[in-house]
Amino acid sequence: MIITAGRADRGLEAPGACSRQENSAATARLGHLSRAAADTQDDGAMAHRIVILGGGTGGTLVANRLSRLLGLDARITVVDRDDRHIYQPGLLFVPFGLAGAEEIVRSRHEQLRDGIDFRLAEVERVEAGENSVYLADGSFIEYDVLVIATGAVLQPEETEGLRWGESVHTFYSLDGARALRGALAAFKGGRLVVNIVDMPIKCPVAPLEFCFLADWQLREHGLREDVELTLVTPLDGAFTKPLASERLGALLAKKQITVQSEFATGLVDADAGRIVSWDEREVPFDLLVAIPVHGGPGYVPRSPGLGDELGFIPTDRRTLQCAVAPNVFSIGDAANVPTSKAGSVTHFEGEAVTENIQRFLEGDELTGEYDGHANCFIETGFHKALLIDFDYDTEPLPGRFPDAHVGLPLMAESRLNHIAKLAFQPLYWHVLLPGRDIPGVGSEFHPAAQRADTNATGGTS
Amino acid sequence: MSTVTLAGSTVDVDAEGFLTDPMQWNEQIAAEIAAENGIAELTDRHWQVISFMREKYLESGSAPSIRSLGKTSGVPIKELYALFPKGPAKLAAKIGGIPKPRGCI
Repeated sequence: MIITAGRADRGLEAPGACSRQENSAATARLGHLSRAAADTQDDGAMAHRIVILGGGTGGTLVANRLSRLLGLDARITVVDRDDRHIYQPGLLFVPFGLAGAEEIVRSRHEQLRDGIDFRLAEVERVEAGENSVYLADGSFIEYDVLVIATGAVLQPEETEGLRWGESVHTFYSLDGARALRGALAAFKGGRLVVNIVDMPIKCPVAPLEFCFLADWQLREHGLREDVELTLVTPLDGAFTKPLASERLGALLAKKQITVQSEFATGLVDADAGRIVSWDEREVPFDLLVAIPVHGGPGYVPRSPGLGDELGFIPTDRRTLQCAVAPNVFSIGDAANVPTSKAGSVTHFEGEAVTENIQRFLEGDELTGEYDGHANCFIETGFHKALLIDFDYDTEPLPGRFPDAHVGLPLMAESRLNHIAKLAFQPLYWHVLLPGRDIPGVGSEFHPAAQRADTNATGGTS
Repeated sequence: MSTVTLAGSTVDVDAEGFLTDPMQWNEQIAAEIAAENGIAELTDRHWQVISFMREKYLESGSAPSIRSLGKTSGVPIKELYALFPKGPAKLAAKIGGIPKPRGCI
C-alpha cells in the first residue's frame, strides 16, 4: 500500500515492484554511487531514489529535510509497518494519568511533506549489495541512497521469565504504559521496583524520571510511607556520566529512592515476586516496572552485513554513514554511535545526515559532522525538571542552555525546565518533525555556555 | 595515568588499574591481574573469553558488552559471571590488558 502524502503532483511512479530483470540490470550499473545515481535516471525521471526505513522521529525529519533540500531531484519513499507515530517522551506521563495514551499518537504519513511516498510494509531484509530493500510481500524497492531509521525494539523475550502480567509492567510501549496506569492506580503499598534489565536503552534518564514521578504521585496520594521504591540498574550509579550520576544519585537519595547498582538481571520470577541477577543476587518486588533489553528490529539480522550482534547498525559516529555500504546512512536509535539513544540525538543528527546525503549524491566528500550532542529534560516531580546537555567528549556540566546568560539552568531542578519539557511536544510535531530548526537550539554542542556559569546553578545535591 | 610493575614488566595503567596500552600486555601480566582480582588460575574457558575480548578490541577499538559476549564469544552469560565474578566484561578487559569498556551511554 502506498500513500502519497498530499498531492501526487510529479506524475512519477513510486519506486516499487519492478521486475527482477530490471533490478539486476540496475544493480550491474550501480558500481560507484554518485555515478550510479545519475546513470539510473532515464525516461526523463532525473530523481535520486531515496528510501527511508522507519517513519519515526529520525525517518520523518530526514525525509522532510531532504524533500525541502532536494525538491524534485529526489524521489523519497518512507517505509513503515504501521501508521502510528508515537511521541515517545509522552510515554513517561501515561502511567501517571498526566497524558492520555491517544494524545501522544498521530498518523505517520501526515507528518510527511507533500510528494513524499509513505509505504505501509514490513521489511524482510536489506540487500546492500543489490541496493534493494525486500519487503515481506515479496516485492522489493531499489534505492540510490538508503536511510536506516527503524530505531530500537523492545526484546523482553531475551530475559528469562520476563512477561507482562499483573505484577510485571513497562512504560516503554503504549500498551505497556496504559496497563501500568491501571496497576499503579491499584497499588496501595509494598515494593515498587524499577529495573533497567540491560543497556543500551532508549532515553537512559526515563527510568529515573519514572522513579521521581512515582515518588511524587505516591506522596500526593498519602501512600509514600507504605512504599519501598528501588531503582535497579546494571550501571555503577544513577547515570552513565560521572557528574550527572552524582547529582542524580543525590536527588534519588533525597527522595528516599534506593539504588541497587551493578545488577545485571538474568531472571524475572513473577510468581515469587523477585528479580535475580546473573551473579545470583535477588531483589524482591510487589510491582515491577521493567525496561527490557533493546535491540534492532528483526530484518536487521536477515540483512547481510548490515547490523552488529545486537541488531544495531555500525555507523560512523561523525558522518553517520554506515559500514555496510557508502550509500547507506543511519539516524537515531538504530545506529550504534556511542551516545544516548534519545530524540534529541536524532534531532541533532538530522542536519549532518541530510547534508552528507546531499554531498554523497553530488559525489562530494562528506563534511557534515555530528558531534554527539544530546540533551535531556529530566522530570523530577512537583512541577520541576532538570536539564542535562553533553556531547561525545564533554560530560553534562552545570551552567545554562543554550546560552550562558539567558537560558535554562543545567543540572539543577527548576520550574522553567518543567515548563520547557511540556512545551516541547508541540515543537516536536510542528518544528522538529517538519525538519525545521528550533530557534536558539543548534545542532552543535557549546560547552562554553555551561562552564561560564558553574557558580550560579543552585544545585540540588 | 601511572605505571606499575606486573610480572616483572613496567606497564601504564589508568586510575582503576586497566592497561592503557594493550601492546604492553602478556600472559604473565594477565595471570597476575587475575590473581589480584581473586581468580587463582586462568582456565581454557577464561582464555577463550580473554582472547576474544582482545581480538574484538584490537579489531574495532572498543570492547564488547556482556550481552555481546554472551551472543558471540561462545561462552554463555551465566558462565561468564562464574568465570569473572561481578562484572565479566570489565574484569576480562582488565585481565586482557585492554582499556575499561566504555559501557553504554
